[in-house]
Amino acid sequence: MDDATIRFTVDGIEIEAVAGQTVIEACDAAGIYIPRLCHHPDLAPAGQCRVCTCTINGRNGAACVTPAMQGMVVENETKPLNDDRRAIIEMLFVEGNHPCVYCVASGDCELQALGYRLGLDAPKQPYLWPGRPLDTTHPDIILDHDRCILCSRCIRASRMEDGKTVFGFEGRGIAMRLNVDAQGGLGETQMAAIDRAASVCPVACIVIKRDSYKVPNGKRRFDVSPIGSDIEAKRMPRT
Amino acid sequence: MTDIELSRGPRKIVIDPVTRVEGHGKVTIRLNEAGEVEQARFHVVEFRGFERFIQGRMYWEVPVIVQRLCGICPVSHHLGAAKAMDVIAGVDQVTPTAEKMRRLMHYGQVLQSNAVNFFHLASPDLLLGFDAPVEQRNIIGVMNAFPEVGKWAIFIRKFGQQVIAATGGRRIHPRLCVPGGVNQNLSIENRDMLRKDVDQIVQWCRDALELHKSFVHSHEALHENFASFPSSYMSLVGADGGMDLYDGTLRAIDADNTPIFEGVQPADYADYIVEEVRSWSYMKFPHIRSLGREHGWYRVGPLAQLNCCAFIGTPIANAARTEFMAQGRGGLVHSTLSYHWARLICMIHCAEKIRELLFDDDLQGTDLVLTGTRRPEGVAIIEAPRGTLIHHYTVDDNDQVSGANLIVSTTNNNEAMNRSVKQVAVEYLTGHEITEGLLNHIEVAIRAYDPCLSCATHAIGQMPLVVTLEDADGAVIATRVKQ
Repeated sequence: MDDATIRFTVDGIEIEAVAGQTVIEACDAAGIYIPRLCHHPDLAPAGQCRVCTCTINGRNGAACVTPAMQGMVVENETKPLNDDRRAIIEMLFVEGNHPCVYCVASGDCELQALGYRLGLDAPKQPYLWPGRPLDTTHPDIILDHDRCILCSRCIRASRMEDGKTVFGFEGRGIAMRLNVDAQGGLGETQMAAIDRAASVCPVACIVIKRDSYKVPNGKRRFDVSPIGSDIEAKRMPRT
Repeated sequence: MTDIELSRGPRKIVIDPVTRVEGHGKVTIRLNEAGEVEQARFHVVEFRGFERFIQGRMYWEVPVIVQRLCGICPVSHHLGAAKAMDVIAGVDQVTPTAEKMRRLMHYGQVLQSNAVNFFHLASPDLLLGFDAPVEQRNIIGVMNAFPEVGKWAIFIRKFGQQVIAATGGRRIHPRLCVPGGVNQNLSIENRDMLRKDVDQIVQWCRDALELHKSFVHSHEALHENFASFPSSYMSLVGADGGMDLYDGTLRAIDADNTPIFEGVQPADYADYIVEEVRSWSYMKFPHIRSLGREHGWYRVGPLAQLNCCAFIGTPIANAARTEFMAQGRGGLVHSTLSYHWARLICMIHCAEKIRELLFDDDLQGTDLVLTGTRRPEGVAIIEAPRGTLIHHYTVDDNDQVSGANLIVSTTNNNEAMNRSVKQVAVEYLTGHEITEGLLNHIEVAIRAYDPCLSCATHAIGQMPLVVTLEDADGAVIATRVKQ
């Protein structure tokens, strides 16, 4: 331990961080899972979805964009926070069209997996059933706006990892939508199937064509172990 | 619920819903002032609409989407759609491992679904009597009176579902098929688990057949005549003329066993089969094009499978078929109640095929998926538990489904079911005091076909909606038809 080491508590557990780490990064390293959707370890944080909101020193803040600071007190696994997270997940479900029963991402979908983890059995809010187009113009990639949860992972990956500007948001509030930088749809952009933007989507908004259902039932990522269990496994030896 | 209007004069009897079938249907029977049956109809009153709402979805999603139209036979639709998508994907023949995995799943499906019909839905009528007290005429009543049957009902169905789970990951709505193949082989663990029980399952299927035969032989006149009539039949047969539930070409025969057509490739089905819409049912009425709507109707399902094939390729089932066909005295078997006998033979065949496949090392192969050159259209036909099932799709250049037509087994039997209902109504309701037990005869006739009504209603925009306004005396004031 040196002067650069930051110590703080999460749900009463003392953990360490290095300068520059966010709360979520420090917790990931320490084996404490904070639910998240827009956060991706390879991408710059965005604070977009607010699922990772924790109570930090008595005030709520997104753990993905809050720097770790000496002596801070973080509450993560509390009923009020999980209720809020479940409400966010529920709103994402009802504002889009998420037919898990036949979705290509079922069992590998972070939204679905969080729903299970947070105990979202059935939405209480009415479904909005938006009529969103399916963009199949690209020869190798589908853009299914029905599933988009506006996490911005693809926007960040395209700009920062791929050096392109394929994706962006348009509109505001409930009218906000993901769009691409070509009038004729994804097929007219510079997008390639090997782009990082094609592999960071947490749901089934961006899907590689003809590559679906190759992994059988029961063998997909979250069929095997619930979301967050890979992070929590880091703490197992100590508990 | 059954409404019986007991007043004199013209009467209308409604059986709504028809019970112990899959889905929702009703029967209406009109009696004239003399108490004679004037009209009897079997209506399918629910609506699914899959043909429409898969339009626009990606073609590889279809096998997973369309199986959701049924909770009892999802595998049949999964496989039917997958075979059509093989064609779309440009694959004419999947690998041996893929085909055998699909067949294994299919035989598990047919076994468990036929077990549901025979044991859970039909056996209360057959074993307890058509007019047994309604509170006893159910599977619990059967289990009380015939504990062995209860055991068969549970364990044969369970075994079929275990086969489905072993091949597709779960018992209901499994996912095995992708266009051009499958996504897994059979694990050694699952193979050994199934091997342990399969001999017992074959034996129980044989025991059930023997029990059913004793029912037939003690009620020969009823078995021969109930809801029966000569008809044409259609089913898939293999290249050698043998029974094949998974693949082959279409064969149709008339009531005298003269071929109407045979060797028809799935892609050509529309040249031979045409569908008709009638105003009073969501279910279409297919018929053989060359014979027209009056004479072109036909029957599918286990009875047709046995009548159309030349033999069965598994020994126990083939011997049972020989004995079964003797009922026809050199011709076909037309008795409607013979569907049950045929269904049990079909179950034996499936159990034998499962046993055969469990000792085939190809199931542990690793060559699972092939690719080919994309095509715009694909048709596939499979023999589902209830009979011939046709899946037909067109796909655009962006891989989205642009059109779909499903002719499911129950739809193929629509006209025949209506005729059986009419026949039973005329025979049992004319001039009699109409009791609940007598009305059950109508349902017994329908159950013989094992209809799956939820599977059968998909077209949208082609069904005329008829609204009839009647006054308090039942006189029609106005009728409007919305096309």
